[in-house]
Amino acid sequence: MIRRELVFEIGRTLIAIMLALLLGFIIILLVSEEPLEAFQHFVLGPLTTTRRIGNWIEATIPLVLTGLAVSIAFQAGQFNIGAEGQLFFGAVTATIVGISFPLPMYVHVLVALLGAMLGGALVGAISGLMKARWGASELVSSLMLNYVFYRFGLYLINHHFRDPNAGAMVSYRLPETVWLQWIWPPTRVHWGLWVAIVAIIFSYLFIYRTRWGYALRMTGLNKDFAAYAGISVTAVVIYSQVISGAIAGLAGAADVLGLYRRFQWQMLPGYGFDGIIIATLARNHPLGVPIAALFLAYIRSGASIMSRMTDVSSEMVAIIQGIMILLVTAQAFLSKWHHRAVVKEAKRHGLNA
Amino acid sequence: MGSMLRGIFSVGFGYSMLRVTTPILFAALGAVVSERAGVVNIGLEGIMLISGVSGVLFSAWTGSAWLGLLGALLMSILFALFMGYFHIKLGTDIILAGIALNVIASGGTVFVLYVASGDRGISSSLASKVMPTISLPVISKIPVLGPIVSGHNVLTYFALLAVIAVWYFMYKTPVGLRLRAVGESPDSAASVGISVERMRFLALGISGLLAGFGGAHLSMGYVSWFSRDMTAGRGFIGLAASALGGVHPIGTAIASLFFGFADALSNYMQSLSIPSEFVQMIPYLATLFGLGIFARQQMAKSQKGKKQAKEVA
Repeated sequence: MIRRELVFEIGRTLIAIMLALLLGFIIILLVSEEPLEAFQHFVLGPLTTTRRIGNWIEATIPLVLTGLAVSIAFQAGQFNIGAEGQLFFGAVTATIVGISFPLPMYVHVLVALLGAMLGGALVGAISGLMKARWGASELVSSLMLNYVFYRFGLYLINHHFRDPNAGAMVSYRLPETVWLQWIWPPTRVHWGLWVAIVAIIFSYLFIYRTRWGYALRMTGLNKDFAAYAGISVTAVVIYSQVISGAIAGLAGAADVLGLYRRFQWQMLPGYGFDGIIIATLARNHPLGVPIAALFLAYIRSGASIMSRMTDVSSEMVAIIQGIMILLVTAQAFLSKWHHRAVVKEAKRHGLNA
Repeated sequence: MGSMLRGIFSVGFGYSMLRVTTPILFAALGAVVSERAGVVNIGLEGIMLISGVSGVLFSAWTGSAWLGLLGALLMSILFALFMGYFHIKLGTDIILAGIALNVIASGGTVFVLYVASGDRGISSSLASKVMPTISLPVISKIPVLGPIVSGHNVLTYFALLAVIAVWYFMYKTPVGLRLRAVGESPDSAASVGISVERMRFLALGISGLLAGFGGAHLSMGYVSWFSRDMTAGRGFIGLAASALGGVHPIGTAIASLFFGFADALSNYMQSLSIPSEFVQMIPYLATLFGLGIFARQQMAKSQKGKKQAKEVA
């Protein structure tokens, strides 16, 4: 029974993705003078050279982390629109640890990652506390906190850690001790990959193999029932946002310590909303997150190659992403088909009995 | 400090405050209407972008700013209803539907602009039109007040009129009452024969229309071009202003002015020693505090209610 539900959910998600991709192809066909070229670059482009495969993996790392962050909050029945601000501030704290606290190799990276987690967790904790103590909507509070910590982070970087010799508004270069080292030359795939894998395993074990994770899922399924069963919903609301924020903070640190080696964001990078897309595609399951993140990074990387080689611009991929979310989350999508399957099954059982 | 005060009390500051408030106010009113009908419109940001690019394209094609505005508004309503269809008819979570719309709009506007004009990310080759500015008779002659209030883009005056129009519609018309009833308690509204679905479609349509005005102001008033992600979070700021203003048109207008004030102030701050980042943080912090205090009161009220119910029982 449960197995069939799972198969249905996976099938539905795949069909939604197919339809969205089909729409993408139709758009290419309509706007391009060289549609076949464009198709080919879009679908196969990311696999053609080592460097491109590298780009794909690099882009996947922060997406896995924000995807996990949002999934954990969603599983607790909480919204986390604040991953954006959490990862931004996490990147800022990692930068500060990198510049201000010289430490030996290895230790320095670990401390910087811990700093990023603390930074993100702090932002998440504010939403969690406001919701738990006063019932304030985490949707609005996390949205506000995005901007508060975006401005605060920019203030710290621009006024205290800005490199005056650099042309742009960027921080000082980070010392090598705090880098997430590149593991697959000539690509920039870095230690962040291991961080992401550890985060996946942690999230899975936490959600499905611990008492805290059980309480979290129960709260997400039915808050009132969870409360009757003796689960402290208040505690769940707080720790789900804190853990979610900590993992989001790592996403920011991964890009700063692994790719840029200095803080160079002047805008919110948008990974937080990407995390929501990924969590939606993965149905909030930590083991689904890497698949969804790889997929999203792949179609983006394909789109950007397509726009460099042909006359179709890469933004087309945004339309595909949006349609995917709409279809995957539409409860009515394919529900008739599902209903018919359930009825058929029931009848078969009825006849057998 | 002295120069800051002189900055705030200068005529130019008052003028720029009203100018930057305009798109925020439109978005915030859009948030109020949908929220009152029980639908959180996270898609305001995307609708404004769609409106912005549509205004530029339609006005360039037709050679008329007003036809450009009309096109922009129609597209905005269309996409608001598109999002509404997924939420109301197909059961997509409204927050996710809004995020999806924002994702589609953020890339889709750039994509459509490129297909239509060959411009990458900014509409530099299009001869798009700008909505006219209006010099108010009599008022423009008054010293100090005149230069602040007069000479704005016509959409700025529309925004002020929209505050009154939304207030009148929501609180003085039967349809407005039904719309609010649907937001308060959909089940009781349905039990007296109000169509919840129709009211929510209506609310989203109006919300889209208002956000559309805001987006059109950005590309046909605030500046004279469309550029990638030019809304820069104003749709979300509109949601914040609505929350800070107690989801009431008048309160929301005041909250929007507050956001506009901080935004204009941060421009003046850049020459001074106070970091502009802090000034720009103020409205968001104020919203956070407002949200916290408001939620706390609600909680205290409901707990008191429960206690009384127990005592009666």
